[in-house]
Amino acid sequence: MASTQEIQAGLAEILEEVAGVTPADATPEKSFTEDLDVDSLSMVEIATAVEDKFGVAIPDDQLANIKTVGDAISFIESNQ
Amino acid sequence: MSPSTTDVVVTGLGATTPLGGDVAGTWDALLAGRSGVSRITEDWVQEFPAQLVARLAADPMEQLDRVRARRLDRSQQVAVIAAEQAWAESGAADAGVAPERIAVVFGTGIGGALTLLGQDDVLEQKGPKRVSPFTIPMLMPNGPAAAVGLAIGARGGVHAPVSACASGAEAIRWGLDLLRFDRADVVLVGGAEACVHPLPMAGFAAMRAMSTRNDEPERASRPFDKGRDGFVLGEGAAALVLERADSAAARGARVHARLAGAGATADGYDLVAPHPEGEGAGRAITAALRDAGLSPADIGHVNAHATSTPVGDTAEAAAIRSSLGEHALVSATKSQTGHLLGAAGALESVFTILALREQVVPATANLDDPDDDAAVQALDIVRREPRKVQLTAAVNDSFGFGGHNIALVFTTA
Repeated sequence: MASTQEIQAGLAEILEEVAGVTPADATPEKSFTEDLDVDSLSMVEIATAVEDKFGVAIPDDQLANIKTVGDAISFIESNQ
Repeated sequence: MSPSTTDVVVTGLGATTPLGGDVAGTWDALLAGRSGVSRITEDWVQEFPAQLVARLAADPMEQLDRVRARRLDRSQQVAVIAAEQAWAESGAADAGVAPERIAVVFGTGIGGALTLLGQDDVLEQKGPKRVSPFTIPMLMPNGPAAAVGLAIGARGGVHAPVSACASGAEAIRWGLDLLRFDRADVVLVGGAEACVHPLPMAGFAAMRAMSTRNDEPERASRPFDKGRDGFVLGEGAAALVLERADSAAARGARVHARLAGAGATADGYDLVAPHPEGEGAGRAITAALRDAGLSPADIGHVNAHATSTPVGDTAEAAAIRSSLGEHALVSATKSQTGHLLGAAGALESVFTILALREQVVPATANLDDPDDDAAVQALDIVRREPRKVQLTAAVNDSFGFGGHNIALVFTTA
C-alpha cells in the first residue's frame, strides 16, 4: 500500500513523463485540463501509467470524474 | 487580380536531411560532395538484400522539446522542424498576417509508418489496451500537415496532398494555386518522410527498386550511371514559405526566388512503372513552362527526380530532352541525399532555389560512366564539381508511384 505522499510523488512522475508537468506543480488542487494543460488523450496515457505503477485500473466512466490531481490520489488510495 | 498574373515568391526555407540539420548545413554538404548514405548495422537487416539508408544528420529528438516530440511520429517531427525553420526565416510571424489567411500544404509519401508498425508490435505483445491513444493522429497521412499547421497557428486551411514521391512537389503546386486564387496570404508548403523500418525496406526491396551495393554505401545512389541498381531510402523534410510578391515586398521580406509556374500530369500508363519515354513527365514540364510564360531556352538548370533506378532515370532523361532540349544543366542530388520519397520534391525545390540564388549548380555524385541511353548521353549532366553559371530560370520535377508527375519552375528573385 502506497502512502498518500508516495501516490502524489508517483503521480507527479507520471505527469512529468507524459505531459511535461513540473513535479512541484502537481499539487492536489490542480485541475488536469485547466491548470496543467493535460489533454484528453494524455489522460488516457496517464491512466495506463497509473495502472502500471500502482496496480489500479481506472475504468473509462471513472476517468471522466477525475478532474484534479487530488481526485486521482483519492481514487488510487481507495482502490489499491 | 487574375490567377495567372499573381507573382508568387519564396521568402523562407527550412530542411532537416541526411546531409544536415538545416538548409545551410545541407547545402554546404551537398556542394562539398558529401554523402548521407550509410549501411544499416542493426541485426534485422542481415537477411535484407538492400541494407543502405540515408538517415537524418541531426536527431529530431534533440531538436524538439521531449514532451512535444513524444506525441509526434518521426515524419511529423521532421515536418515541424523544417517548417519552423522556414517560418522563422521568413519573418511572416511578425508581419501581422491574420491566422485565417495563413495556410499549410504539407505532403508525405508513406506517412506515420513507424507509429503504425510500432503500435502493431504493442498490440501483438501487450494487447489492445496498451496501444497509444496518439496512434491515429501520429499515423494519419495528414499528420505532418496538421502538426505544422498547429506549430505556426495556420487557420486558413491545412492540406495534405498524397502522391507518393511527388507529394512534396505537389504541395508546392497547391500552395501556388492557393495564393493565385487568393485563398491565403501566406502558405507554408513542404514534404516530410521518415519510414526507415524493416517493412517499407522489405517492400521496396521486393519491387527490386533499391540499390544492393551494400559494400559501397556512398557510391550506391548513382543516377544516370551505367552501374545504377536502385534507390537508397532517405528520411527528412523540407519546407518553403510562399507569398505574393507585392505583400512580401511591402513588408520588406527577403525573397529567395520566384515560383513562376507549375504543371501536373498523370502517366495513365502503369501503377508503378514510368512511361518509358517519359511522356507524362515531359508534358508536366511543358505545362509548367507554359504556366510560367517561359520557353525551353529560358531554363538553364533542372534538378532531376533521378532516383537511380534503371528504368526511371532513362524515362526522365527522355522527358527532359523532349520538353526542354539538351542545353539545361541537369543535377541529380539524390546521389548524395538518397531518396526522401514524399519530401524529395520539397528538398529538391530548396536546392533549385539555392542554385538560382547562389548561381551554382550542384554536381551529380557517382556519375562515373553515363548510361548508353541516347537521352542520357545527350543531356548536360553536371559531374564531379558544382558548376558556377548564370541562371535565370530552373525546373524541379518529381514523379510518384501511381504515375504522378509534377514540374515546378522557379526564377531568380
